[in-house]
Amino acid sequence: MGQTIAEKIFAAHLRDTPTPENMVLDIDVIMCHEITTPIAIMDLVDKGMDRVIDPKRIKAVIDHVTPAKDSKTATQAKIMRDWARRHKIKDFFDVGRNGVCHALFPEKGFIRPGNTVIMGDSHTCTHGAFGAFAAGVGTTDLEVGILKGVCAFRKPKSMKIEVTGTLPIGVYAKDVILKIIKQLTVNGATDMVMEFCGPVVEQMDMSSRMTLCNMSVEAGATSGLCLPDKVTAEYLWPFIQEDYASLEDAVEDFSTWHSDPDAEYAETLTIDVSDLRPQVTYDYKPDKVKDIDDLAGARIDQVYIGSCTNGRIEDIRAAASILRGRTIADTVRGILTPATPAIYSQALDEGLIKIFMDAGFCVLNPTCGACLGMSSGVLAEGESCASTTNRNFNGRMGKGGMVHLMSPLCAAAAAVTGEITDPAQFIN
Amino acid sequence: MKAFGGSAFFIDRDDINTDEIIPAKYLTEITKRALQPHLLEDLFLDGKEFDTQADDFQQASVLVTRSNFGCGSSREHAVWALEVNDINVVLGESFARIFRQNMFNCGILAVELSKADIDKLFALAQGDGTIKIGIELDKDTVVAENGKGEKVECSFSMNPFDKELVAAGGWLAYADQKY
Repeated sequence: MGQTIAEKIFAAHLRDTPTPENMVLDIDVIMCHEITTPIAIMDLVDKGMDRVIDPKRIKAVIDHVTPAKDSKTATQAKIMRDWARRHKIKDFFDVGRNGVCHALFPEKGFIRPGNTVIMGDSHTCTHGAFGAFAAGVGTTDLEVGILKGVCAFRKPKSMKIEVTGTLPIGVYAKDVILKIIKQLTVNGATDMVMEFCGPVVEQMDMSSRMTLCNMSVEAGATSGLCLPDKVTAEYLWPFIQEDYASLEDAVEDFSTWHSDPDAEYAETLTIDVSDLRPQVTYDYKPDKVKDIDDLAGARIDQVYIGSCTNGRIEDIRAAASILRGRTIADTVRGILTPATPAIYSQALDEGLIKIFMDAGFCVLNPTCGACLGMSSGVLAEGESCASTTNRNFNGRMGKGGMVHLMSPLCAAAAAVTGEITDPAQFIN
Repeated sequence: MKAFGGSAFFIDRDDINTDEIIPAKYLTEITKRALQPHLLEDLFLDGKEFDTQADDFQQASVLVTRSNFGCGSSREHAVWALEVNDINVVLGESFARIFRQNMFNCGILAVELSKADIDKLFALAQGDGTIKIGIELDKDTVVAENGKGEKVECSFSMNPFDKELVAAGGWLAYADQKY
């Protein structure tokens, strides 16, 4: 019988099978940020186990609150910084070089098809866009990863998600994944790996694939995955050109990480996106999703464009296409947070930052920022935010606030009008 | 092995997420103990703020809830917030994967019961506010008893590896010994 990509990756990394259902895997990349890692570091120090399996396999960033906003966040950052120096972790990114982990680490070329990746962050599934098995874990799993280079998972069950048809103008990966979460509900993919495939996914760039995989955890999935192909190889080419004689060789090598045609799936979902409307969430769960037409006119106090879901250059370009030559509504606060310094710099080069600033946006440094209400951009009670982020839980962006998840295009349209708005009227 | 169980508290809602269990603003804490007063402080039930100071909640060491408990963030702080409030068992119809793993990694129990059994526990709680719940891990059974001596007994199945983690005192102790 054939294998899915997840089964192939698990087989290639298998260290132990404590039971037939549980697999302990060797982990290729262990990623760390300053919210969930300092407690792991301190616990290891307390227990006399202040070691790392291999500094080259560890990547670390300060991204959730940066620069530090108070003594507590300064302490968290210091624990990370001292630890990285102590263990000679070269890939450590501090103020000025730091960005949102799931945007920064792919940009640095840290993930390869077939890799196993863990991080103490639920949106680690983003890295599945490269054909890796990437899963969010808690601090104890992270601790064991740092110390031993292993992590335990249940035997993978895969869900095949085939995206067919043609995406209408103004409809993006964000709309596709919101629609999928609506169909599956918030626990429809629990304990499963969501494998995104089909012609629409094949045509997507890496940024869009990352958006899809990023939100797979919102349906409860262990991870999301895309099959690595020419698009993946082109993205990674600057980092792999010494490993392969040609791009074609890389593509062929990557194809060993494709699911076999006779692989078995626990479930299959086919979604035709040809008539898909822009999707927007209401209420406090990411599966509470409606067509934009059903929510048009709802008041918006803040617009947030950024995060590991939609803070990449492609997202900023899309939003800027609407903001160019326009100003945002007087009643709206617009916040742009480019996800990494490279994205910020690119947006400067392309004149996009000026478009946002001329429109009336405030531009923040790369950070997770308002997404989880830990630093700038927190909502007051009763306020609502049109946001390109991934989670709309009650209190997420501030107690009593409401977050409407949507694409960058929809968020830009909401900024212009001050209410949830179909971006079609602004698209040339 | 340590005993699991004690007074139970019932929260009748699906999809209680990690932001509700411990809001992000407390993630700047670097000790588990600092989380103690903030467990579930952003939880809304039937549109009302949850009373975290209620005596029966303060005294609980078992939480009984519905489906997909702990969805959302990977923050183990959500489990620690339970732990430092002396809650050692959560009974639910289902759990989010990362949260469930974090529970066992910390050496405490996430017990999955059928909806019918969870309904029975909620029904038992209707009659009398004080429910004691004991877990017999070797027999895979849950025994709940109210003040009048009325009992509900149900069985569960638990992944043997998860049981091993609990017996070892958590994943770090297990992994340090074995890998």
